[in-house]
Amino acid sequence: MAEALAIPRAIKIQVRQGWCKGCGICVALCPKEVLSLDGSGKVAVVNPDRCVGCGRCEIHCPDFAIGIEVKEQ
Amino acid sequence: MLSQVESHLRSDRFPHIWCPGCGNGIVLSALVRAIEELGYDPDKTVVVSGIGCSSRAAGYLDFNTLHTTHGRALAFATGIKLARPELDVFVLMGDGDATAIGGNHFIHAARRNIDLTAIIFNNSIYGMTGGQYSPLTPPGKRATTAPYGNIERSFDIAELAKGAGATYVARATTYHATMLEKLIVAGARNKGFSVIEAITACPVGYGRRNKMGNGLQMLLWQKEQAVTVKQAEKMSPEELQDKIIIGELYRGEAPEYTAMYEEIIARTKGKNQ
Repeated sequence: MAEALAIPRAIKIQVRQGWCKGCGICVALCPKEVLSLDGSGKVAVVNPDRCVGCGRCEIHCPDFAIGIEVKEQ
Repeated sequence: MLSQVESHLRSDRFPHIWCPGCGNGIVLSALVRAIEELGYDPDKTVVVSGIGCSSRAAGYLDFNTLHTTHGRALAFATGIKLARPELDVFVLMGDGDATAIGGNHFIHAARRNIDLTAIIFNNSIYGMTGGQYSPLTPPGKRATTAPYGNIERSFDIAELAKGAGATYVARATTYHATMLEKLIVAGARNKGFSVIEAITACPVGYGRRNKMGNGLQMLLWQKEQAVTVKQAEKMSPEELQDKIIIGELYRGEAPEYTAMYEEIIARTKGKNQ
């Protein structure tokens, strides 16, 4: 299991602020505090290194404003 | 994943019209992922919707889409499916659209067991027209037309669909977005009338008036209220009161309407020769 966890992965977080309405669902559901709302009330990636690629933000975003892409390296 | 989802969206129409925290976008997202998983040809996929906030969903999708009249989405979809049975047809409706204005179309589509996949966005209210109570507004809840609380009992969409003859009935909430996606996939694969009820939050037209908080709080409320079919089996009716049972609720067997129709055509053609 440790070996499985050790597979290096590249996680790409795509944010489309223009579509974000600032509901905060992604920020609240992220288990790793990767996301936050910026000064304009829109989603911003503040801790990209902590992202585990679970995709909870993406599937719960009502505005299609976040995308997570996980690639095994 | 966003790029795959986005390939099925009409991006020039975004940002969409739904309010901040509205769950309709979560249902739409689950539908797009489900269609992606099903591997349907976009040119042979049809999405039909009625009228209401939820029915705006069809306009955001890059499939063959029809935004029809109030309550009549299933009537239009029935026509499409009869004319072109090879097409995969999804029907998006709101709770009022499906069970009040379109209540008759709903029960008869179920009775015929026509191969359509109906997704009902249940936000417990008529959001677009200003927060009037719908047949899915729970008793006691407030609406603009029920300022002292709704005195009517609400429908159970799943029981209604099952009773009317649907052969696949399921329910999920927007919190359980992955489950919702899987249920849409299973419903689409069922050769018959499939109903998937998606419990979604209307924070502006319903939540605010009923002190349920914003979209996020309503989403977390869905998590608290939901119990799976398996959990529900071990619970008493009292314990299940106000709970939302999620998962695959019913599967049945019945002849499919367009297949029967094709048979009639083949039989009569044979006679005339």
